[in-house]
Amino acid sequence: MKPRNKRVMFVVLALVMVGAASALISTAMKGNLNYLYAPEQVLAGEVPEGTVFRLGGLVKKDSLKRSETELEARFIVTDNRGNEITVVTHNILPDLFQEEKSQVSRGKMNDKGEFIAEEVLAKHDSEYMPAELKDVLAKEHTPAPVNVDGSEIKNMTKGQKI
Amino acid sequence: MIPEIGHFALILALSVAIVQGIFPLWGSLTAKPQWIALAKPAAYGQLLFMVISFACLVYAFVVNDFSVKYTANNSNSQMPTMFRVSAVWGAHEGSLLLWAMILSGWGAAVAFFSKGIPPIMLSRVLSIMGLIGVGFMLFVIVTSNPFERLLQIPLEGRQLNPLLQDFGLIIHPPMLYMGYVGLSVAFSFAMAAMIGGKLDASWVRWARPWTNIAWVFLTLGIALGSWWAYYELGWGGWWFWDPVENASLMPWIVGTALIHSLAVTEKRASFKAWTILLCILGFSLSLLGTFLVRSGVLTSVHSFASDPGRGLFILIFLLVVIGSSLILFSFRAHKLRSVGSFSLISRESGLLVNNVILLVMTATVLLGTLYPLIIDALGAGKISVGPPYFNFVMVPLALVLFSVMGLGFFLRWKKDSIERVLKKVWIPLAASLVIAFVLPLVVAPEFNFKVVLGLFAGSWITLAALMWVVSLGRSPFKLPLASWGSVIAHIGMATTVIGITLVSLYDTEKDVRLEKGQSYEMAGYKFAFEGVEGHQGKNYTANRATMTITQDGKHITTVHPEKRDYGRDAMAMTEAGIDAGFTRDLFVALGEPLGKDAWSFRIYHKPFVRWIWLGAILMGFGGFIAALDKRYRRMRKIAVEPIADNAGKKNQPKPASGVTI
Repeated sequence: MKPRNKRVMFVVLALVMVGAASALISTAMKGNLNYLYAPEQVLAGEVPEGTVFRLGGLVKKDSLKRSETELEARFIVTDNRGNEITVVTHNILPDLFQEEKSQVSRGKMNDKGEFIAEEVLAKHDSEYMPAELKDVLAKEHTPAPVNVDGSEIKNMTKGQKI
Repeated sequence: MIPEIGHFALILALSVAIVQGIFPLWGSLTAKPQWIALAKPAAYGQLLFMVISFACLVYAFVVNDFSVKYTANNSNSQMPTMFRVSAVWGAHEGSLLLWAMILSGWGAAVAFFSKGIPPIMLSRVLSIMGLIGVGFMLFVIVTSNPFERLLQIPLEGRQLNPLLQDFGLIIHPPMLYMGYVGLSVAFSFAMAAMIGGKLDASWVRWARPWTNIAWVFLTLGIALGSWWAYYELGWGGWWFWDPVENASLMPWIVGTALIHSLAVTEKRASFKAWTILLCILGFSLSLLGTFLVRSGVLTSVHSFASDPGRGLFILIFLLVVIGSSLILFSFRAHKLRSVGSFSLISRESGLLVNNVILLVMTATVLLGTLYPLIIDALGAGKISVGPPYFNFVMVPLALVLFSVMGLGFFLRWKKDSIERVLKKVWIPLAASLVIAFVLPLVVAPEFNFKVVLGLFAGSWITLAALMWVVSLGRSPFKLPLASWGSVIAHIGMATTVIGITLVSLYDTEKDVRLEKGQSYEMAGYKFAFEGVEGHQGKNYTANRATMTITQDGKHITTVHPEKRDYGRDAMAMTEAGIDAGFTRDLFVALGEPLGKDAWSFRIYHKPFVRWIWLGAILMGFGGFIAALDKRYRRMRKIAVEPIADNAGKKNQPKPASGVTI
């Protein structure tokens, strides 16, 4: 083979490989990105139906209910503006899972408007709130941050520990 | 007093590093033998002061000196001494000090084992390492001083994160750092060679054993991290594609590519520019990993909420390193024309495929790790890139890689023919196909094509490697260590591949609710929950469950998964009960109390999970003995030259051509 042909061969081979790899990567990216939403965005219908996404928020006080017979737990995820979504999971809850603390769960909505979680995460430092969750919750869509029971609650600002 | 000595020693080490970074390099360019001769003693001196400094910090932890802020934040007197020592590198400041000490250790090691390296070259290598050290020590002193004192001395320190109070964590970070920092040696050799301008095979031969050793530490460090996550994080996963894991995986993949391209550059004078770029890339990714972990930009189990000033410092350091090395590269690029040519079917081509695939893998991991950051910076939402992305891309790439891997053993340098290679490989190829198809049919619970692929890859690599040893026709005792190392490391890779395949496709996992006396059956094993009792550890209290595991009525083992409470502000900890075995692990983790006598459990049956780490040990062993090969030592004896001669040559009027070694 002439040197020039050989070089062309190598270039073609390299292009084919890089092309195949980019095709793989872009396909994989399309299917496997999980967006993080706050309850408010979910209730506003911002999440396309049937997609797997991550739901972030605080676990509402006294909302954790366990089944008497099987490993099923239900709890309510809320933001600081009274938007609530019930989460159902059949998995063990993580060590750091606590009411009134932040959590992020991955799964999708069912017909009844409940979030079926495949995985529930609570972050590893008891005082640390994931930055991404802080941002999502801090986004103010509606004014009047009033709690369900009518009491005013503080806006969550950056750096504030919850 | 002792912490001040530590602080002072650190500053002295920095001063020595500055001297080491400037004078030997300058001396090598202006032909001043005295300055060149500074390199070695400076490297030893830097190590000495770093060791003193580090020892002072360890002392503060051992004697519970809570007037030191870092000690008070990360250790308390209730912790066992062993964990008080490992707490030194359990958080940011101490781990960076360890990093800097390891760097000076590598520098001193290069200086010590440098018999055959010409002094001018050595002085440049050590200077580059000195400059890197200056960067890191400044980082420690300016942004994260571990010796800072508290004005109000607390009576008791805070708890070290209980996850980190564990044997795995005593050795995981030092191993990983040895690997990370070790890549700086290859980087320094590449830089030194480019400064000198003589880019032949000699610098590559000196750099090879060092790269091997660094890669060995990286391999073992990553495997230890995976093992630790498996038993200590409590949930039975061995790899999470967590950003911090990715940060250590990327330098490993590039390091693997580098080991192979170094071979080509040394033996065939090909891939010259490529090899240098890989050296730069490997070390840059080590720095990037540090930046990602330490700056707090990532949401990860490892990242501590840390301040952005540190991130900025590392980012600038990273830019300086990459920038200056690429500028140097651009000046030398014309000298890096490869001499050796090779045809399409040749060992060079095989290794080219290896390198291209490994780099595509690195790019894949890098993209998946940084993509959420980019999207967030663009304000386009908060996303996470899940494990399916990585698996989807990495698995097909790996399959191509493994297919070529077996062939690579038999390919000849420069030019080979397909017929000749096929004639050699058909036996292992056929045998591994038989194994891949028949074995799952006979033993496996169900037929799965992915298992066939995994088993094929594993047995093909193993058989090809063994067949290659046989085909060399030499007594196994006369085979060079480098060849043995290569064979063992590749078999290690095969072992890991088989482990990953089998555990990924055949493991069973179930979260269950069990009341005292109830049991659950999985994969032929019966897990009977006998109850939970209180248990008092050294610095924790625990709920300890007793789970009896039987198979067909025969008692296999009893495990005691625990839920530990380390008190104060620390969180609860899950300590899994594991029955480890060569062909399967049984894994029981205790969840929470569910009222009455019921608890939640996570139960796993994990076939062949140990093979993943066994393979890593084999890879490490292979890499290690390859570095011991006689060739590298023989080289040293030949190359000894008196220093005056070299310096004398430097004085010739034409600096452009004179700046060679």
